[in-house]
Amino acid sequence: MTRRLGWFLAGGLLVALLLAGVVSNFASGSPDGLDATARQGCTFGPDDEITGGTCMLQQEREHQLEGSPLAGYGIRGLGDGALSTGLSGVLGVLVTFGIGAGVFWLARRRPAPGGRGPGSPAGPDGPENRNGPDSRTAPEGDTGRESATGRKSAAGRKSAADWESTAGRESTAGRESGAAREAGV
Amino acid sequence: METVAMHIANGIVDGPVSALFAAVAVIALAFCVWRARIDLDDRLAPMAGLVAAFIFAVQMLNFQVLPGVSGHLLGGTLAVVLVGPWVGALCVSTVLIVQCLLFADGGLTALGLNITNMALVGTAAGYLLVAGLMRVLPKTPGGVGATAFVGSVVGVVVASQAFVFEYWLGGTTELSLATIAGTMAGVHTLIGVGEGLIAATTVATVARVRPDLVYALRRFRTQPAIVPVPVAGGVA
Repeated sequence: MTRRLGWFLAGGLLVALLLAGVVSNFASGSPDGLDATARQGCTFGPDDEITGGTCMLQQEREHQLEGSPLAGYGIRGLGDGALSTGLSGVLGVLVTFGIGAGVFWLARRRPAPGGRGPGSPAGPDGPENRNGPDSRTAPEGDTGRESATGRKSAAGRKSAADWESTAGRESTAGRESGAAREAGV
Repeated sequence: METVAMHIANGIVDGPVSALFAAVAVIALAFCVWRARIDLDDRLAPMAGLVAAFIFAVQMLNFQVLPGVSGHLLGGTLAVVLVGPWVGALCVSTVLIVQCLLFADGGLTALGLNITNMALVGTAAGYLLVAGLMRVLPKTPGGVGATAFVGSVVGVVVASQAFVFEYWLGGTTELSLATIAGTMAGVHTLIGVGEGLIAATTVATVARVRPDLVYALRRFRTQPAIVPVPVAGGVA
């Protein structure tokens, strides 16, 4: 992973943490679209208990994990306040990122050992070949890089060189074949 | 004061239909993993983790759409634009699994239903819109933002009707299906507009900062240059 990507990920994660940790306390407490539909047809008492009518919500069964420490987007023992909601949100973002990034990183396509071109799953049926014969000549990932450098060149001309040095750094980081392929284009 | 619940709870749809959609979800996700591996490289893998974390965060932000009714992002179209349909479906599924297992939101029995609606159906509908629109709209932050907006509105409404379909198969009350379908569609059109604004802002921002990280800008060709020649030859 390049350093530029690292900064982008850190920035994105910070935004997600702020949204889940702080902004979440300003979210609407009303039932969402599905929940509101499920309540349609019933009447509710002061403590939100069903007092009459027929609605989907009557059939609702308790969640198997209702007693879990983070159930209902709060932390058990901290009540329903801003701290409880915010902390549970922060934990959720970190856990989701950890699981997501971890699983996707393990499942990713690695450069074929010693060979040029992408790993085995991206054979002739890869999506980059679906778009026509012209894409067959261009290695995967190139279009994005071109658009990036093309856009950046208006702001500063060092972006192309930046990409090259980035590719160089990657090769030392252990992506020999992939980086060599990129640098060779 | 009240427990926050955002997804289908246990008991709303009966056991056999829930099991059926659990099987549908498992098979579809296995297919997504297989296709996602083609897309996943050193750059997309961490990006996909970030997209999942971002969707989790934004799903917590319920916004008011009507008096007494709120809505939240589902995230399928947002994920499609940023990381593609296969990885995108897996991102939304990751969020739903974390919410179910850690936050007790969305019944464990209903997990297959929730994954089917939001990660599979909503994402697929968004993908069709995005794939179509990216061929005609400019590949700019504005173009990709408009694409995300339209895809989100349609994706959310279609996902809401997937629930109606499941309820038709395995509903546990004698309620009018037409009423449920109408309420779900109406409310989710408004939710879709909210989701569309969030998704459009997000993808336009990423497209401005790092266009190379936006899947929709890399994969969908604007010009259908390949079509005319072989087709014309075949017809003549």
